Amino acid sequence: MTSARDVVVTGLGATTPLGGDVPSTWEAALAGKSGARTMDNDWAERYEIPVNFAATIKVKPEEVLKRPELKRMDPSAQYAVIAAREAWKDAGEPEVAGERLGSVVSSGIGGVWTLLDGWDTLRERGARRLLPMTVPMLMPNSPTAFVSLDLGARAGAHALVSACASGAEAIGYGAEMIRSGRADVVVAGGTEATIHPMPIAAFAASRTLSLRNDDPEGASRPYDADRDGFVVGEGAAVVVLESAEHAAARGARVYARIGGVGLSSDAYHITSPDPDGTGQVAAMRGALEDAGATGADVVHVNAHATSTKVGDLTETASIRRLFGSDADHVQLSATKSMTGHLLGGAGALETVFTVKAIADRLAPPTINVANPDPELQVPLVRDEPAKLPGGDIAAINNSFGFGGHNVALLVQNA
Amino acid sequence: MANTEQEILTGLAEIVAEETGLDTADVALEKSFTDDLDIDSLSMMTIVTHAEDKFGVRIPDEEVKNLATVGDAVSYIKTAQD
Repeated sequence: MTSARDVVVTGLGATTPLGGDVPSTWEAALAGKSGARTMDNDWAERYEIPVNFAATIKVKPEEVLKRPELKRMDPSAQYAVIAAREAWKDAGEPEVAGERLGSVVSSGIGGVWTLLDGWDTLRERGARRLLPMTVPMLMPNSPTAFVSLDLGARAGAHALVSACASGAEAIGYGAEMIRSGRADVVVAGGTEATIHPMPIAAFAASRTLSLRNDDPEGASRPYDADRDGFVVGEGAAVVVLESAEHAAARGARVYARIGGVGLSSDAYHITSPDPDGTGQVAAMRGALEDAGATGADVVHVNAHATSTKVGDLTETASIRRLFGSDADHVQLSATKSMTGHLLGGAGALETVFTVKAIADRLAPPTINVANPDPELQVPLVRDEPAKLPGGDIAAINNSFGFGGHNVALLVQNA
Repeated sequence: MANTEQEILTGLAEIVAEETGLDTADVALEKSFTDDLDIDSLSMMTIVTHAEDKFGVRIPDEEVKNLATVGDAVSYIKTAQD
């Protein structure tokens, strides 16, 4: 049933709050570990920010990258390059002409550290002290540009910006590049590095963050009745997408297929999802139809589920509305309970989790659900990983973002 | 406070090494920034910005193109400090 233009996943890379690479991240996720911790700085006190914890990455980029690389890249690009190199190596460094290789690595916000450090420098020391690399470091296409430079990807370097759906939208766009014949191999994913006092204070101002300062590991609790908002995370995840034909010709190991891409927008409210779930249903339906699949094929959903009440419940209501009784055999995982919310990196990391879930036939757990919300409408994987059935199966990764962006990616077994 | 030529060379070599990944020992007086050290214009401006900071001098943009070698830069900074 595989055709030449099918899109398969042949490489995975990630640097996350749970681990420095995909194997360690996946192992920690299956074990139900939390990546959230109290921050070792005085931001909360100094700036009166009500939140003093976040899900910071495990790896120190200065121990992985060379000095000149560190100096030319904002942390958002550093994380992307670390993840892309892992994914590329994991894929067996496929031989492909640069003209047939694409890069699509998104960020939700861009080079926050560079932008804000630049403003501090300008105010305190004047224009002559601004470094010439400031602009190429702060621009949100910087991560994809550095990845394309690193790999010699000349079929196009793109960065789709759709807030917290950016990472998933990048992978969807990468798949479309292969399907349309523009590329044979695409390195796609998302990255974010916003653990800086300004964005944390700004998210706190929007009243969307958990304030559980005395229990960081228990703070991200999607689907728990006592949730109080999300936990900011950082990191990047990147996948190597390849046409099935190209992968088969080189005998590549295939994790899974990207069977369908579904996109929609709510046009309802700048931050709140449409409570009817119309846009979310449209995205998931689009992914199913694109793949020629039905609700009966879907055995697992990696939920967007940031741990805000309106967001979490709208999503399970949307799944129930689209799938009907088929939702009874969906294993729902909310991995942000462990990773925190990687914003522009979230959709990419959750696609990696979804691909691993299909490949290993194991749905990762959702932690911190002591009292499941009574309005939850889909069976939730709690505490322990859940086995997924044998045979042909499908899973959906949902990613939604401020601005009303909805992305659903349908992943099928190889 | 004025530095000796050797101090300027050492300090400049540290800046160049930090920016390019070269060994400080490679940054010798006779080396050309572009031909020997393979430093592009953006890196050169970054090095100049850091050098101005480190040595408390001003190197106008129009002067930078005259600084072909490491020795040229050391001499310029030395003169500017005196």
